[in-house]
Amino acid sequence: MANKISDETIEYVGILAKLWLSDEEKENARSDMEKMLDYIDTLNELDTTGTEPMSHVFPVNNVFREDIVENGDGSEDTLANAPLKKEQGFKVPKTIR
Amino acid sequence: MDICSMTALELGKKIQQKKISVVEAVKAALECIEDREPEINSFVTVDAEGALKRAEEVQKSIGEGTITSPLAGVPVGIKDNMCTKGLLTTCGSKILKNFKPTFTAEAVRNLERAGAVIIGKTNMDEFAMGSTTETSYYGETKNPWNPAHVPGGSSGGSCAAVAAGECTYALGSDTGGSIRQPSSFCGVVGIKPTYGTVSRYGLIAYGSSLDQIGPIGKNVADCAAVLEIIASHDKKDSTSISRKDYGFTGALIDDIKGMRIGIPRDYFGEGLDCEVKENILNAVKVLEDKGASVEEFDLSLVQYAIPAYYVIASAEASSNLSRFDGVKYGYRTETYEGLHDMYKKTRSEGFGAEAKRRIMLGSFVLSSGYYDAYYLKALRTKTLIKNAFDSAFDKYDIIAAPAAPTTAPVLGKSLSDPLKMYLGDIYTVSVNLAGLPGISVPVGTDSSGLPIGMQLIGNCFEEKKIIRAAYAYEQTRTAAGKGESEYGKTV
Repeated sequence: MANKISDETIEYVGILAKLWLSDEEKENARSDMEKMLDYIDTLNELDTTGTEPMSHVFPVNNVFREDIVENGDGSEDTLANAPLKKEQGFKVPKTIR
Repeated sequence: MDICSMTALELGKKIQQKKISVVEAVKAALECIEDREPEINSFVTVDAEGALKRAEEVQKSIGEGTITSPLAGVPVGIKDNMCTKGLLTTCGSKILKNFKPTFTAEAVRNLERAGAVIIGKTNMDEFAMGSTTETSYYGETKNPWNPAHVPGGSSGGSCAAVAAGECTYALGSDTGGSIRQPSSFCGVVGIKPTYGTVSRYGLIAYGSSLDQIGPIGKNVADCAAVLEIIASHDKKDSTSISRKDYGFTGALIDDIKGMRIGIPRDYFGEGLDCEVKENILNAVKVLEDKGASVEEFDLSLVQYAIPAYYVIASAEASSNLSRFDGVKYGYRTETYEGLHDMYKKTRSEGFGAEAKRRIMLGSFVLSSGYYDAYYLKALRTKTLIKNAFDSAFDKYDIIAAPAAPTTAPVLGKSLSDPLKMYLGDIYTVSVNLAGLPGISVPVGTDSSGLPIGMQLIGNCFEEKKIIRAAYAYEQTRTAAGKGESEYGKTV
């Protein structure tokens, strides 16, 4: 049941993960992932038919509040961390061609 | 007595009694840092100027009677994944090398309200992913007991700093053992509270359904006192829980008569170092001699905890770490062509190997076609693991186990085989999957002088039981002259 990860899958996961990987990194990612998936496959020994998946240990509900502004205008402080900014906004490369 | 050897409650009391000033306490910590940091590297950032200024303010508030907490004025180290307003917060990563948060994490705010003085931000595995503090972009932290060894991780900086006396106590975070395992390796006490007890607001997320902030200190009483301060119901964290009882120091009672302790056989089998095993069983014997009833049992499913954990944690990490894109804060690559190229180059240059490995795995298990087989399967396994603990706590008040299978490994030996490193989390990850509280308390050292920690696990919301048992054990051990009076040196 050894897992084999194809070149296409590594490319695809790289796109999902928004990572640029060198050829060497791709090879390492493939071998690491194959080993991990072989290990993770041991979960298949468990019969989980009829078992509900548990995302949180306690019931998690939406927490609502009235739409009242409680914090001040932090835009200046927030923009101070921006790698690039222009006037009152974050500067990013052109998104529409 | 040397200020840096004092416990947080001892130092806090001397400050209240005006026998030691807050500035003196802070200066003593800074001197210790100057002395030990070149060797240990517990801190990413030491905020000497800010701490001294803050010390004056806290002293004034204590004088005026506006701050009365038993820990007011005591210097604390904060793990570098908790936001601190205006103070560099790197998460151990290059991608946040210049990030100065615009707000402070709620747990840290709670400490500040109680008069804590932040001495600096402690080193950690990048994004809390690792078990050795070797994946930090800011260099590895070394174990104060023997600098040829790792301090454990991911809260290795916090535990090493406390062990070396560089701060009196610290905050860490625990996603799969990241408080308990390094506490064990560094001979300090660390608590991972019940999920939802301490607000995660301002904690840079790794695995959101597993992450929990907790205290690291020189003894059980300090940790209980710190937990009492940092725990709160916070409406800014939707998973925060409102608890009836936050009086954790009320459990500092040296009496465990009639307490039922379960020993999971599956935690004492193959893979456990024999010296660690012997020390834990001796510690359990102490608890038994003090009137607890001890029984072995089969917890089951232990071998499935790690695979389930790595699927869930990596899945959540791949989603949580998507916010680091070079737009709003942190590092951005120098040259790029268009938006997507900027994202990809920024992230590839900004993240280290372990973070990338988990982002890739997480993206894969969440991808269409694999989601059910891996992610949902892991969540179903989590249900079964929770059920196994529920059955155990029908019979026992607490569970006693090792915190880690070995003592601290030698530096540079762990990262080459990630899977092997992950297996070191075998005794800790289940607790996170089931949302339970756990404590690691020092019980001795191995033949090479490295500390060993015993882990006590409680049912949800039953921190007080594990605190009580750990405190009772510690009292007997200290009375026998075996306390770590010389932290990070010798027993």
